[in-house]
This record gives sequence, structure tokens and C-alpha cells, in this order.
Amino acid sequence: MSASLRTLAFLDGADPWILAFSLVTVVVTIWMGFRSAKKSKTASDFFVAGRSVSVGWNASAISGEYLSAASFMGIAGMVMSAGYDALWYPVCYACGYLFLLLFIAGPLRRFGAYTIPDFAEGRFDSPLFRKIAVCFVLFIGFFYTMPQMKGAGTTLAYIFPGMPYWGGVVLVGAVITLNVALGGMKGITLVQAFQYWAKMFAISLPIFILMSVYGSYGAHLGANKGAHLPDGPSAQVQTVERKPLAPKAPGDASWISPFGPLTTKAAKAAGLSSEESRPYSLVYTYSLIMALVCGTAGLPHILVRFYTNPDGLAAKRTTMWVMVLIGVFYVFPPVFGVLGRNLMPDLYAGSGAKGTDKIVLELPRILNERGGILGSVLSGITCAGAFAAFMSTFSGLLVSMTGALAHDVYGRILQPHSTADQRLRMFKISAVIVGAVATILGTQVEQLQINFMVGQAFAIAAASYFPLLFMSVWWRGMTMKGAATGMLGGGLAALACTTVINLSDLKMVDLARFWVAHPMARILCEQPAIWTVPLAIVLMIVVSKLTQREVPTDVQMKMLVLHAPEKLGLKQEYIEEHQSVPAGH
Amino acid sequence: MPLPDPDDSVHSEAFLRSLMRRQLTLSISCAAAFLIVVLGLPLANYFAPELMATRVGGFTLTWLLLGVLFFPAVWVISWTFIRRSIWLEEDEVRQAEAARRRTEP
Repeated sequence: MSASLRTLAFLDGADPWILAFSLVTVVVTIWMGFRSAKKSKTASDFFVAGRSVSVGWNASAISGEYLSAASFMGIAGMVMSAGYDALWYPVCYACGYLFLLLFIAGPLRRFGAYTIPDFAEGRFDSPLFRKIAVCFVLFIGFFYTMPQMKGAGTTLAYIFPGMPYWGGVVLVGAVITLNVALGGMKGITLVQAFQYWAKMFAISLPIFILMSVYGSYGAHLGANKGAHLPDGPSAQVQTVERKPLAPKAPGDASWISPFGPLTTKAAKAAGLSSEESRPYSLVYTYSLIMALVCGTAGLPHILVRFYTNPDGLAAKRTTMWVMVLIGVFYVFPPVFGVLGRNLMPDLYAGSGAKGTDKIVLELPRILNERGGILGSVLSGITCAGAFAAFMSTFSGLLVSMTGALAHDVYGRILQPHSTADQRLRMFKISAVIVGAVATILGTQVEQLQINFMVGQAFAIAAASYFPLLFMSVWWRGMTMKGAATGMLGGGLAALACTTVINLSDLKMVDLARFWVAHPMARILCEQPAIWTVPLAIVLMIVVSKLTQREVPTDVQMKMLVLHAPEKLGLKQEYIEEHQSVPAGH
Repeated sequence: MPLPDPDDSVHSEAFLRSLMRRQLTLSISCAAAFLIVVLGLPLANYFAPELMATRVGGFTLTWLLLGVLFFPAVWVISWTFIRRSIWLEEDEVRQAEAARRRTEP
């Protein structure tokens, strides 16, 4: 009895509204998972939702999956703490989709494989390359689940003061694993589509209400006096109330102008003047843009979704709608950051999850100062949105990793002759294994920063998957060895850089003096995409040229399948030909 | 793999070449429009800071461009791309079918 009382003690400090809204999100997620579990029967339902998801559902589901905890909470916090430079994050998260649409989405869908490793093997006729690709799917996947888990742990610890960090991680891990194991891809498609609209509602409604009470986006930005601005408020801009800034907050001019605290950190540490550090900031900005744009186009859990479209045309239409949906969403988080700077500057005193990262959850509460419960209700809504954010991203990652394990490792490598039923059972078992491993990893990363971990996953995906897909789709001369060398070379170079930065930031290796002497080295390590992406592409070209004789013999047919309109029916022809030729490549 | 029938234009080298070239030209021209915006903005911030700090209803010009107007610009690019690429596919199917009819007796 006393034990159960003690476990419930953490509920004491929780705001009832926050509790209610969060509970509703979790219950609806589980209920939708159960409901769709009844409809998901075949293996195809589980792996690619029967390839029959409509454009509207699929676009909402991709957007729901994409808008992670980093998007929902992290961007607002970064804009609040770093200002203008942080705007590149939402912009590039959204624009990475454009690259996916322009170069990869259509051909990949026409090629028609279940997973990225399927594509890797099919394009180069190499089972070995499938194994390499599977390892990368799992690796990048686990890298990207850790920050989601961290988001879950910190949000729950915020909602229920007194709840241990690992409690939230285990709770969210268990709920999502259950959902994926029950419904597979088809099950989570509906859930993620619902979660997109939940997040959109949760981020926009509080903003409109806050702006109507405390003044508009523009007015709050206008309160920051930039370096090149005349003093005094200009005539057209209304003035807003503004609390005094905390001592740790960056000054107005550097916050609102480009090349502010985020991009100049390395140069500032080296003691350069602000004029001298500008070229460094420019390099940092370009490298950041490259990592985010190419990284989006290379994240495996996003790519796998293209296979759920009925045809290539639907895949393109879906990408268009995803861009609209996430573009609209990404206008809002920076508004939280801008308003938060003026209305809640005390958050600058804390750091990470205890500081600006929780502005989205905390800001609506200031409405309580004006009386009533509106502030608590709105804060409850944003907490529910945060819940939806890390649950949907984690479920997408879990499906893609489970698919890799059940379809590629079990179905293709270990038991190629297994029946559909066996594979389905394996999907469920794999979901539990991957869910458990991700949860355990999640409990270990409390000390790391969400945005930093996400940035690393993007840097690695940008230098491995993006060059692989881009070059294999558009260049006939690629060989398996070229593709593998480029992907591994780029990916490992990015991994090495981020590891060095991590070790030095955690003070395990003392590089502080080296960074001060070589600020450019620090920038190129912290944001490696500007050189690792070209490195991967150059490696691919050079090694493919050296192994020219190993270009697959039927590369012309493969290219036709990738590029010819589906109406010509070449895909069917290709499959028949492949089945008639014994596998002896 | 059986050798492609030389009369069958769909499997010909020329068809594949024109297919890939037309698709890539379209993709690259759309990408170029995007890259001019995304790579140009940091340059504008670098070389014309005063201009980019002009106030527009409280926003600085550069904040307005990056934080709000950027998204509609990308929508326009992708919408153009999708319309053109659908047209391109239809045109390719028309061509291939016309060629098939010619070779049939």
C-alpha cells in the first residue's frame, strides 16, 4: 500500500490541465493503434501499409513523423537563445524535402522496393551491400531515437515534478512499442496523421492567443534594437511591454542580426574581433544549411514512407503537401522564441531542458497572471503537442528499424524461404527488441543536448545516404564498391568529427587550447557537412571509375525502371526478367 | 539478360538518354532556383547588412525573408516542378506509344 502511494506521489505537483491533455493524447494514440491493429493483417500492411495510403493521409503522417521533439520544443528554445541564426533550422528542415522531391522521391518509388537496403541490393545486385545498408539504417535510427527519448524523459519530468527521468523514457517506449507491434506501418500511419494535426493545433492556438494579449510577432521583434537601426521605436511599430533581460542573454544587436552567438562561438572563443569572425560565421552557416538539407533527404525513416504511396505520381504529390504542412508549422516555433525573449527572460538563467528548451511548455502560463485558467489550459495543450511530437517520431523510427531487422536481416539474410506468416511474427518480435534497445539507450543520454544529438544524426545521414541515393539514381557508372566506399567514407568521417566534438564538450579529451588556436578546425568538426558530402561523392566517382568493369550488366534496364513513367510497365518486365535469370551475378 | 530488340524504341539507348536528360534538366533548374535563394541570403547578410536590417513592420528584412516568406517561395518551386514533371511523364508515354505504333505492322 505504502509503495503504491509513493509511486503516485509525483502526481501531486502536476497541473491538472496539463495532466488531462497529456493523458488524452496518450489514450487516443493507444486507442487508434488498437483500432487499426484489427485492420492490419498482411505482411504488406505491416511493412508498407499495403502501398495504398492516400495522399492526404500520407502527407499528414509524414509531417507528423517528421516534426519531432527537436522541432516542437527545440527550435523555439534555440531561437530564444541564439536568435536569427537558429532560423536556419526550421527553414532547412522544411527545404530538405524539396531535394527529396527533385532528385530522389519519384525514381525511388518507381524502383519499388520495401526498404532502402532493398534498393541498395537491387540497384547493385549485391547482397553484401544490403548488409552494409542495414547496418547504417539501424545505426542512424538509434542515433536519432536517443534525442526523442531524451525529449520524452524531460517533458514528463516537467509535467510531473518528481518523476524520475527514466520513468518517462520507459513509459513512452512501452506505449509506442505496443502500437508498432500491434499495427505496423498501417497502424502508425493513422496515428501519426492524427498527431500532426494535434501538433499543429497545439503550436498555433496558443500563439494567436498570446499575440492578441501581448502584442504581435513583429512588435516583439521590433523591441530588439539592431546594430544598424536608428534609436527609438519607429512610428509604425507598436511598443510592447518587455521584462529586463537576464545577464546571460545575448544582447539585442547580436541576437536579431545574422552571424550571432550560434555561428560565431568558435571564432569568439579564439578571441577574434566581431569583424574578423564574420567569414567563419559564413562558413558555419553554409555547412549547417548543407547538413540539414542533405540530412533530411537522407534520413531512413523518412525515405521508407515513399514506398507507402500507390504510385510515383502520388509520391510527388505527397511531398508537395508535406512541404506545405511542415512549412506552415515551422512559422510558429520561432514566434515562441521571440515572445519568450521579451516575456520570460528568466529562462535564460537555466540551460537545456531547464532553460530555454521549455519555453513552448512554459510561455502560455503567463496568461494566468491576467486571471483565469486560460494559461494552464493552453500550457496543457502545448504539453500534449510535445507528447505527440516525440511519440510520432519514435514510432516512425521504430517501424523503419523494425522493418530493417524483420525484412532485411530475417527475411532476406537469415531465412530467405520464410513464409509471410513467419515474417509477420518476426516483425512483432523485432519491434519489441528494437523498442527495448532504444528505451535502454534513451535512459543513458540524460546529459546530452537534444539539438546537438539531432544535428549529429543529420550530419551522418547527409554524408552517407544522401550521396548514395543521389548518385545511384542519376549516374549509371556507379559500382557497388564505389557506392559503399563513398557512403562509409562520408558517414564515418562525419561520425568521427561529431565524436571528437562530443568528447571534447564532455571534457573527456582536452582540446580547448587546440580549438582556440584553430577556430576553423572547430567549425569544420562541429558542422562537417560542407566537406564530408563532397568527400563522399568524390570517393564514389573515383572508386567507381577504378572498378568500372563491375558496373551491373543490366544497368540500362535498371535506369529505365528508375526513370521511365510507370505507365510503360517496365517494372513488371524487369521483375520477370530477373526471375527468369538464375541469381548468379 | 536478352539483348534489347533494336527496333524497340522504349529500350533504346536514345530513349533512356533523352528521358534522363530531360528529367535531370528539370530537377536541376528547380534546384538552382532554390539554391540561389538559400545560398544568396547568407551572402546578402554578409555584404549588405544595413539593407537586410531594414525594418518591415518590426521584422528586419532578413528575418521576414527567412522566417516567413521562405516557405511560400519553396512551395512555388515545388508546385512548378510537379506540374512540369507530370507533363514530362505524359509526353514520354505519348512518345513511346507513338514509336510502338510505328514499329507494329
